[in-house]
Amino acid sequence: MPALTFGIVVFPGSNCDHDAQYALGTVCGQETRLLWHKETSLQGADVIILPGGFSYGDYLRCGAIARFSPIMKEVIAFANDGGTVIGICNGFQILCEAGLLPGVLLRNEQLRFSCSYVHLRVEQNTSRYTSACVPGEVLRIPIAHGDGNYFADAETLRTLEEKRRVLFRYCDPDGTVSGGANPNGSLRNIAGIMNEQGNVMGMMPHPERAVEALLGPTDGRKVLRSIIESVVVHGELTHSSLS
Amino acid sequence: MNDLKSGARAAEPAVDLEVARKHGLTEEEYGRILAILGRTPTYTELGVYSVMWSEHCSYKNSIAELKKLPRSGGRLLVDAGAENAGLVDIGGGYAIAFKIESHNHPSAVEPYQGAATGVGGIMRDIFTMGARPIAALNSLRFGSLESPRTKYLLKGIVKGIGDYGNSFGVPTVAGEIYFDKCYNENPLVNAMAVGIVRHDQAASAIAKGEGNIVLIVGSSTGRDGIHGATFASEEISEASEAKRPSVQVGDPFTEKLLLEATLEAIATGVVIGIQDMGAAGISCSTSEMSAKGNSGMTIELSRVPAREKEMTAYELMLSESQERMLLVVKPEHTQIVEKIFQKWDLQCQAIGKVHSDGFLRVTMHGVNVATMPAETLVLGGGAPVYHREFTEPSYLKSTRSYDLKTIKEPNDYTGVLYKLLEAPNICSRRWVTRQYDSMVRTNTVGLDFGDAAVIRLKELQKAIAVKTDCNSRYVYLNPYVGAQIAVAESARNVVCVGAKPLAITNCLNFGNPYKPEIFWQFRESIRGIADACRALETPVTGGNVSFYNENPDGPIYPTPVIGMLGEIENMDHITDAAFKAEGDEIYLLGETKGHIGGSEYLSLIHGLAVGDAPAIDLKAERSVQDTVLRLIHAGLVKSAHDVSDGGLAIALAECCLATVQTGRPLGARIQVKAGIRNDHFLFGEDQSRIVISVAEGNGDQIDRACSQANVPVQRIGTVRGTRLEINEVVNAGVEEMAQRFNESLEKQLI
Repeated sequence: MPALTFGIVVFPGSNCDHDAQYALGTVCGQETRLLWHKETSLQGADVIILPGGFSYGDYLRCGAIARFSPIMKEVIAFANDGGTVIGICNGFQILCEAGLLPGVLLRNEQLRFSCSYVHLRVEQNTSRYTSACVPGEVLRIPIAHGDGNYFADAETLRTLEEKRRVLFRYCDPDGTVSGGANPNGSLRNIAGIMNEQGNVMGMMPHPERAVEALLGPTDGRKVLRSIIESVVVHGELTHSSLS
Repeated sequence: MNDLKSGARAAEPAVDLEVARKHGLTEEEYGRILAILGRTPTYTELGVYSVMWSEHCSYKNSIAELKKLPRSGGRLLVDAGAENAGLVDIGGGYAIAFKIESHNHPSAVEPYQGAATGVGGIMRDIFTMGARPIAALNSLRFGSLESPRTKYLLKGIVKGIGDYGNSFGVPTVAGEIYFDKCYNENPLVNAMAVGIVRHDQAASAIAKGEGNIVLIVGSSTGRDGIHGATFASEEISEASEAKRPSVQVGDPFTEKLLLEATLEAIATGVVIGIQDMGAAGISCSTSEMSAKGNSGMTIELSRVPAREKEMTAYELMLSESQERMLLVVKPEHTQIVEKIFQKWDLQCQAIGKVHSDGFLRVTMHGVNVATMPAETLVLGGGAPVYHREFTEPSYLKSTRSYDLKTIKEPNDYTGVLYKLLEAPNICSRRWVTRQYDSMVRTNTVGLDFGDAAVIRLKELQKAIAVKTDCNSRYVYLNPYVGAQIAVAESARNVVCVGAKPLAITNCLNFGNPYKPEIFWQFRESIRGIADACRALETPVTGGNVSFYNENPDGPIYPTPVIGMLGEIENMDHITDAAFKAEGDEIYLLGETKGHIGGSEYLSLIHGLAVGDAPAIDLKAERSVQDTVLRLIHAGLVKSAHDVSDGGLAIALAECCLATVQTGRPLGARIQVKAGIRNDHFLFGEDQSRIVISVAEGNGDQIDRACSQANVPVQRIGTVRGTRLEINEVVNAGVEEMAQRFNESLEKQLI
């Protein structure tokens, strides 16, 4: 299976860029490329990752400035072309600010940053981000954010649910979606969603942090493997295969 | 020295002894400045001398004592104090840079920014050496948790540490939090940072080469933090509130950019010298770099990017604005460096040149405002060195003569165990630690309750262990022994996770050194650290002294915090405290005599801080540590946990509690002849003890190894069920212990 090329965008203040590179490159054996935010080309990347961190310090609304970075014009064009774009944590926030995903990430309900392992229920496995999972499966993956409280209006939520675009929900170890399992106040315990076309995904938990047994649970690999396998095996129309 | 134009003097306030005193200088010190310069200093010069000779920068009252510490040898690549942080060889052409530093005074008046800039400052100390920061730790002390002020300080300090470290992108992996009323109004915030650097990429804080260019990079300079170093050299009082403007303001985003740009610049090989700007700002970096290179500099201050209008020379020299660095490069290389900083949207401005005559000359719009021999400003050069008076404190007579036999034995030992598990000094720190990103950089090894944090080094396929420690109640009751214990316990902690202790950094927090009783505590602590570091072969790589930690009610407990670095050659050796399987046998290494003096039990249950610190025999300590490490290397140890605050009962409880998050809670059945009072047996804090669990049938090998090493050892029980049962006197459910342990701090903070 030929390796995919993952383009990992480095915004000023990104700090999970190296982690994503290590997880996808060293651990999963894919090609990776760090893309400086001032660049105007995605350099032939098959998949774009907007990594976690504090772009521009998150001094304004999280992600609100990063979306104006020069490279975002290319990322948006790539997404509109059907290219796979994944936002993790700060990257999810940037995708919402850029209008590539609906809704917004508010300050955590308890008004504190929270770093801990959470349980995620996989809501469906027909997406390219969950194809290696079983529906209803529970993953253990860490979160680390101060603004992960997913909010959207009722109409948006209805559409997300109807079209099965909610991919991950915070849950108890047994898979029950409960208030107690919700680490940040997200509506309907939403932890990750995708766009209507299914080529743009955002999630607050960090799959790239859960890929080595030495460090802890390895369930993040299932998310990364889904992407690696779907984009190649199922012949998704990636940007590079279009050109 | 006659190049001072009269214009400069006219523009600045006149200087006399009174002005010098207001700057915190003594008459003797002012006289010394007059003698050095051969004239009255300008206002700017006086400002520079006052900050450089402040306790914070000059270590004038501590350096004579610090020289008694073992500060070289082992794997140390630079001697203590020679660079911004210690540098320890870790093999494969790499080194670990690490250091701990205090930010107590700023945090007392402005907890959020004080703590945040404490983290920022120590990070710069690491990456100014060319090392990439890989871990942060912090050692915190607060007053009584009942006080609303303590809650306010704790919440602000924790948020400050979290916001800075999280944004900067370094995992906060370990630390300590202790509460005692002696820290009311004077919390301690000691921040430690650890970084990794290839030997050939390590940078030095030096200025040399006639005509080389001096660059200032990073943030612009404002009026924040002026006289921060001087402020840190005074006692905290009601007037301290007015010093709030002395506290700097942190910007972790700029620091992150500065980190990346700095490492990129150093990697080009054109940086001759580099130093961060923390205390005393431009004054400190220009004079220290010059003195180190036996050279001097001319600096034109109008070129310094300023964020406020009409800043004077005095203000520019003394500002402690954060996120700035000073670099020295050859003229032909300035463009290379400028380009890198431009890429990261950071300022990079040439402000002067290096000269070989040893003078620091400062001009403002071409007018000379200061001309000082650089070497006269710095520690190890012309900065004063004092040998202070010392005398044994009178309180020791009463603490030592207290008759511990009068302590009433409790009736309900399970109840006491629960109380201890809920005690602010023992309960889970989860409420705090979850506010820190402990995983970013994906090197933090997930441990179920490790005695120290373990960080994998991707570069080398090995790991390091890091920990901070200090039981200040012990140090209060016996500074010499208490300080030894701080070193020994931090070493024991890294041993318990499978690491060999390599070296320490220390942060020495004390009261006013001009009080002979305080200075006696300081001297005795240094003696204790020195002896323990020699016995355990862990030299001191550097650190920081923070005096004047007093509030109107008196001094803090003497608190020499030790930051320990250990090495794990083989990652299979990584060990944690959690019991692993039903039927495993539990062993206790070391001797249990039942020492309750200075114990958490005595403090919490009986409200007493009396008696002597537990005795420690460094040879026995070393044997216990070496033996446990050997057993871990032999693959015999399934869990290891050091016995410390709360004694054997709490240590065993913690081994059980550590199993809860795995989803398979395990208890233990302990049956052992105590031979002493039950409270002494359960909660006594005898040193040099480690609890290990081993697979059934491996006991013989444990006994053999211990007897060979002359280490006392006892099989004390078995991992069994979901309750902790000790000798028919304690019977506690693991789930109930977990609930009390985990929820206590949060409940008390609301």
